[in-house]
Amino acid sequence: MMTETAPRPETDTATATATPRRRRTPQALKTAGTLLRFLMRQPPSAFGLVVLALLVGTAILAPVLATHDPYVQNLGETLLPPSGAHFFGTDELGRDVYSRLVHGSRITLTIIFLVTIVVGPIGLAVGTAAGYFGGKVDIVLMRVTDIFLSFPSLILSLAFVAALGPSLNNAIIAIALTAWPPIARLARAETLTFRKADYISAARLQGASPLRIIWRSIVPMCLPSVLIRLTLNMATVILTAAGLGFLGLGAQPPLPEWGAMIATGRRYMIDSWWLVTFPGLAILAVSLAFNLLGDGLRDALDPRQMHKR
Amino acid sequence: MLLDRRRTNALVGQGASILVTLFGLLILTFVIGRIMPNDPVRAIVGEDATREVYDRVYQQLGLGRPVWEQFLLYIRDVATLDFGTSVRTGQPVLTDILRVLPATIELATFAILFGALVGVPLGVLAAVNKDRWQDHVIRVFSLMGHSMPIFWTGMIGLLVFYAWLGWVGGSGRMDQFYIGLVPERTNFLLIDSLLARQWDVFASALNHILLPASLLGYSSSAYITRMTRSFMLDQINQEYITTARVKGLSTRQTIWRHAFGNIRVQLVTIVALAYGALLEGAVLIETVFAWPGFGSYLTANLLIGDMNAVMTCVLVVGVIFIALNVLSDILYRVFDPRTRA
Repeated sequence: MMTETAPRPETDTATATATPRRRRTPQALKTAGTLLRFLMRQPPSAFGLVVLALLVGTAILAPVLATHDPYVQNLGETLLPPSGAHFFGTDELGRDVYSRLVHGSRITLTIIFLVTIVVGPIGLAVGTAAGYFGGKVDIVLMRVTDIFLSFPSLILSLAFVAALGPSLNNAIIAIALTAWPPIARLARAETLTFRKADYISAARLQGASPLRIIWRSIVPMCLPSVLIRLTLNMATVILTAAGLGFLGLGAQPPLPEWGAMIATGRRYMIDSWWLVTFPGLAILAVSLAFNLLGDGLRDALDPRQMHKR
Repeated sequence: MLLDRRRTNALVGQGASILVTLFGLLILTFVIGRIMPNDPVRAIVGEDATREVYDRVYQQLGLGRPVWEQFLLYIRDVATLDFGTSVRTGQPVLTDILRVLPATIELATFAILFGALVGVPLGVLAAVNKDRWQDHVIRVFSLMGHSMPIFWTGMIGLLVFYAWLGWVGGSGRMDQFYIGLVPERTNFLLIDSLLARQWDVFASALNHILLPASLLGYSSSAYITRMTRSFMLDQINQEYITTARVKGLSTRQTIWRHAFGNIRVQLVTIVALAYGALLEGAVLIETVFAWPGFGSYLTANLLIGDMNAVMTCVLVVGVIFIALNVLSDILYRVFDPRTRA
């Protein structure tokens, strides 16, 4: 098995597979460019892209953008309304809400990143295996997927966090455990469409192992649609993470996670509206951005739509 | 005859697949409740129990036995509807759940009514005006509903409509001083108060359910709008619509009588599925509105790690979901003449 990956003597097949791969990168870049231009041309998806770019920028530049230390308490300045010194006011411990929001973007981005790198591989592995092997493997794997799908994701993640203990890491694990089934479904459907393709048969006839075929020939083909599906699901992931934080099962204080900020601000809400308003707007903006972007991507990939505009 | 046999086979197949899913559900709740690294014993006996008490509860829960034996015991318990006792309330979990579920069903039913009444017309409007400004506005409006953290919307709603404007009642199912006045018969407050002819309680209950239900409904209307739009688009592009227009029917008649008539079946199944998805939002919004329903019960137990109650709640949600799926399947068969072979 290991010799499969070792470099082989130059043969016709080696050059034949090498040529298209060298050509593939610019092609992918070109497609990405077309996609980007298509998305930017429509206001909704352009808005989504801009908000997400802002989120990434804020997360990178958080120490520069923040006016105060997000953790330093100042009991002389509690619950101040928004002003020039504190853009979004201060909370019950005198911490600057604006700076906490800015630093919170890092947590949001961490959640997005970790969920993606866990869910993508799990979904791909389960889906491609089910699609490629078919038969009993397919039945068993898809049954498991269906069982996970038969729950609303928030309630399942709640139960997982309850069992694992509340923390940001466990919240991410719980979300990942509930977010993979749709990806697996999709990867399976994609795999089924080219399982019988000639190039797969060719690879098999050359003696490639199933694992190698899945990894080298099937996974790359599934990747684009899986990535898009992940984007579409990200709004749900953000909302679930915020919900867990709100219930006290996700990020724990004093972490400036947006959902947790809303939960602590709730007690002072009647007099200090800014405590819950701004973190909520931040969550809304990011999840709306993902939804709009996902919507645009869906249109972009529908060939009838793309050429009409 | 042949058709009948095929039909029974299909039914048997479906029944078997439901059973397999239920079995999977049991495995999942068992893993969550008994195997994952929390300590079910600690949750029951508390932090400062003596070694003796701890060991006794440990034995009672059967945690000393091999895992497969524990699982068989769990299945036996579930089969006899014995879900254990909730540590927090001291009552059997099933009694607790049956007591709190009506409040959630009441909330969810109002929410789905709202969601369908808003979502379906908007979806039709968006489809008819595809790619025009109405379509874009509706798209953003419904995506907004889908993107809002519902616990936050609930708080802002309370702040604006209750604290500032005073248009609706605050948290809870009714005003404080009405609590306990109405005899509990069905635990559906609106029905109970009607039965008892307590009109002011009924009004108060209605006043309290309005805000959480409409917010919850708004969040689910996004999905309903989207599906209605795409179903309508499928219909509008078909030839019979052109025929209807050519023979001189008005736009209104073509859209509502012909196109809409053909998507009713699909819509019913969509609304049934959306109803299940509401449970998720209900968990969060009940916490915000101190709504004494299933969601509040679940979160209260989650926070103290009362695993008997959590496992059962998860199981109940799973069963409700499976039931709704089966129901939407049945509705499809009943209403769509093409599926009747």
